Amino acid sequence: MHGRPRIAPTKEDQEASSLKAAKLRDLQSQVLNFHHNKIYTKEAVEISAKLLESNPEHYTGWNYRKLAVQYLLDQQSENGVDSNSIQSILDEELRVVENALKKNFKSYGAWHHRKWVLSKGHSSIDRELRLLGRFQKLDSRNFHAWNYRRFIAGLRKIPDEEELQYTTDMIYDNFSNYSAWHNRSVLLSNLLGKREKGYHDKEKVFGEEYEFVRNALFTDPDDQSGWFYHLWLLDQTLKREPVLLSSWPPHGSNLCLSVDGSLNDRQPLPVLHFQSKASTFPLILYFSEAVEGVSSSTVTFECKYHAGDDFTWMPLSANKFGFSQAWLTYLKFPNEVHSLEAFPVKVTVAHAAGITSSSGMPCSQSCHISFTVVVPSDDREHSELQTTRRISWKEENIKSCTTQSLEGDILRSLCELEITKENKPTTTKWSMETISNEIAHCQELLSTTNCKIGKLTLARLLMARNTLISYGNPHAGTEVHYEDVLALYRDLMKMDPAHICHYEDEYSLVLLKQLTSNIGSLMKHCYQYQESSSPSMNPYLCVRLNGLSLSRLGSMEQLLWVQMLDLSHNKLRTIEGLEALQLLSCLKLNNNRLCSFTALEPLKTLKSLEALDISYNEIGAHSIDTRRYLCSSPLTHAVGMDWNFKKFTDEDVKLKGHWDAYLLFKDLNLSQLEIAGNAVVNDRLKAFLSKLMPSLKWLDDEECC
Amino acid sequence: MGELMTEKHVKYIISVEKKKGDFESVVMEHLRVNGAYWGLTTLDILGKLDAVDRDEVVSWIMQCQHESGGFGGNIGHDPHILYTLSAIQVLALFDKIDVLDIEKVANYIASLQNEDGSFSGDMWGEIDTRFSYIAICSLALLHRLDKINVERAVKYIVSCKNLDGGFGCTPGAESHAGQIFCCVGALAITGSLHHVDKDLLGWWLCERQVKSGGLNGRPEKLPDVCYSWWVLSSLIMIDRVHWIDKEKLVNFILDCQDKENGGISDRPDDAVDVFHTYFGVAGLSLLEFPGLKAIDPAYALPVDVVNRIFLGK
Repeated sequence: MHGRPRIAPTKEDQEASSLKAAKLRDLQSQVLNFHHNKIYTKEAVEISAKLLESNPEHYTGWNYRKLAVQYLLDQQSENGVDSNSIQSILDEELRVVENALKKNFKSYGAWHHRKWVLSKGHSSIDRELRLLGRFQKLDSRNFHAWNYRRFIAGLRKIPDEEELQYTTDMIYDNFSNYSAWHNRSVLLSNLLGKREKGYHDKEKVFGEEYEFVRNALFTDPDDQSGWFYHLWLLDQTLKREPVLLSSWPPHGSNLCLSVDGSLNDRQPLPVLHFQSKASTFPLILYFSEAVEGVSSSTVTFECKYHAGDDFTWMPLSANKFGFSQAWLTYLKFPNEVHSLEAFPVKVTVAHAAGITSSSGMPCSQSCHISFTVVVPSDDREHSELQTTRRISWKEENIKSCTTQSLEGDILRSLCELEITKENKPTTTKWSMETISNEIAHCQELLSTTNCKIGKLTLARLLMARNTLISYGNPHAGTEVHYEDVLALYRDLMKMDPAHICHYEDEYSLVLLKQLTSNIGSLMKHCYQYQESSSPSMNPYLCVRLNGLSLSRLGSMEQLLWVQMLDLSHNKLRTIEGLEALQLLSCLKLNNNRLCSFTALEPLKTLKSLEALDISYNEIGAHSIDTRRYLCSSPLTHAVGMDWNFKKFTDEDVKLKGHWDAYLLFKDLNLSQLEIAGNAVVNDRLKAFLSKLMPSLKWLDDEECC
Repeated sequence: MGELMTEKHVKYIISVEKKKGDFESVVMEHLRVNGAYWGLTTLDILGKLDAVDRDEVVSWIMQCQHESGGFGGNIGHDPHILYTLSAIQVLALFDKIDVLDIEKVANYIASLQNEDGSFSGDMWGEIDTRFSYIAICSLALLHRLDKINVERAVKYIVSCKNLDGGFGCTPGAESHAGQIFCCVGALAITGSLHHVDKDLLGWWLCERQVKSGGLNGRPEKLPDVCYSWWVLSSLIMIDRVHWIDKEKLVNFILDCQDKENGGISDRPDDAVDVFHTYFGVAGLSLLEFPGLKAIDPAYALPVDVVNRIFLGK
């Protein structure tokens, strides 16, 4: 009952209503009777018209009329085709629909009936356009009418350009017509896609569109309609092909594999150490957006030991369809290869265009990553070295990297590495000019009005310009003014507190971009972890991003080398992005706002993760799980019914609720886990986790037996 | 925080169910199966499903089924996919899906898939992404998603994506919160949410909240309680529900209650109906209002019912 006031009916109202009800009930039962008995007499069909004119939502009534029309048309063809009578049968349908629409403009059944009649091809399309003209004047936002308009335009093959003019007229009539802006984006995409006459030059077309929408924005800055269109234009302006952003091992590095993580300082910088029992190490590629098609045919290797090998590439994301920003494979050196010789490895990406973004843009740039690998012979005993080690975040174990140190040098060299691209992607002059132009206009608007979406747009524009500057020039960090953007978001949080968490999320992304944008700022967060008890161990490369009020993560492509990460005391609700940090051994996530085990899904791919701290979060404190459909489970049909959970629940039915814990932890090989301070924790869950992870040695400070 | 008039709403729902004489009931007669789903799901969320006679409902639902396997909106009305989903959902509430000839129902739904992956609502060929959601949701509840070409179904839904990250009824049609729920729901159930630009759509959806705290369904439209469901469930599925002011929305929904006679309306002081009562209560459940059963944002059934079906008994 939309928009009808709540008033108690008077006695007269009630009487009138029951009289109306009796009439309508009579009509409905008559029509159902005709329908069931296939009675299509003139009288019967007229009664159905009466019904539909008073209750246009009676779908069986419309079905009955369609059958009646077919029956009457069949009769016509038996008597020899008479186009006049066909016409009049169909005209009668259009008349009934028109009356029904006057009663209820939003009746799906009535609109569909009209389409059905028009599809028969005997009706005047001009009349439909006139009808639409009237209807769309009365309600310019009715989406049924707009849909019908697109249908009629298709039937009549009205050129897109003409329909585009119609949206221009509607928008001039009222800038706030979002339906018209929407249709404009559809038509323009078509015209540009087909490169029709006058639409070859995207830059010219968009230039005019920016100007057109500016009129609307300056007229009423608080109306949302134009802003969404503006955002779409911006998106089209920035659209570019996916590129490879970073990799591990990084280009130009020297990788030293060792069985026990012991130091080997005989290698030239930048040297990386990777501890591997079987001369295996991960190779990670990180793209600018989610892509598919990373395979042994699109990525090739040149290496003494790997020519012609077939690699399996895994997308590092929750979805099963193979779209991901980060891709993983493992390189394995034969066990018998032990030498101090550094083997060069060259990886060529997008050697055949087959890597594409989800919007279908191909990654056409070829690029190379070269690094060397040393597999030193090692005959020391190293049986139990690793397995009993317990990670402690005591300050004495963690040293800052800002001072001159080997680790500091490694980190510095890591930050400086850059992928070689055959043809460096360049930002077109046009997009740069357009963005600068829009920034100026936005600033002009904001100088006269305090408009929320205007501010948000300015923040987005500034970030877009930053991206354009750093595109193909990753160390341009200093030219970029992140502080201005952060200040805009701080402003928005105050101005529009209802959406504060949205701005906090955006703020986090900008902050992380700023922190990782240059060596100087990143180094402030870099540390090395070395236990005083085992000085021969290779220190972990550690990054601390704790206590920064981060609510989500970004810029992970800069951190692929991190082995220890401290994200504690933030406001994280999600850890999306961590899946790319394949070298991660220790992760601190305590004192955040993680609400469910499903939110930890990115950890599932982290095979080297040993120590995890998720204590003092909100796991189990909420009845609604917002990550339920973003992770693989039987609910999303990404995990089959044979997922073996039953084995655990058969023994204890109360564990049934812990399917999410099961799905997460069954794939992890943790040796220590801190989970206290979450609503979900009890002894039963702890026992379940110990059983699920035989590798677990410490659970909340208690040693597992 | 205001008070939820649980007892009054239960009474209201039961009274609507019994009232067949007034004009509104007659107008809605053709979608009584939908009405049953709205009313019964509300009762279940309120913890009062026992107030109805389960066998009576199940037997009436089964009388709405046709030879084709599809369900009509009431006894004697034609089969349509809209009512087929509601029938399955009502049976699911009562843990009675086993009374169905599952193969037959699944075949009916699968027969409505078109070459391009889209779904028709019935034999008369109206195409709409609402029907894609319904088909996918129904078949998932029956464990028979293998009956259709899921990949093509997903591709069709993605072809309905718009400039704002939202979705419309058919390719090129304007985004609308109800339609977005259908498309996001279908993508969620098929594990395909990577097709959604979560930040873009999340922003569009969170900007549906107007000053009163209520949500509208499209830019520059009035708020309406039913969007508490369509917008909220979509925001939850893409993990952006924290982008709105939940407390203000709770108060808006509570303000739409008829505190005397029960029921919830579209806006404060409008006439109540079962549809808005369901969306109001379901919305409060999504907002974690105390004392309510949690509802699943994709299958639109209580979480315990969904877990029973997908995670084993």
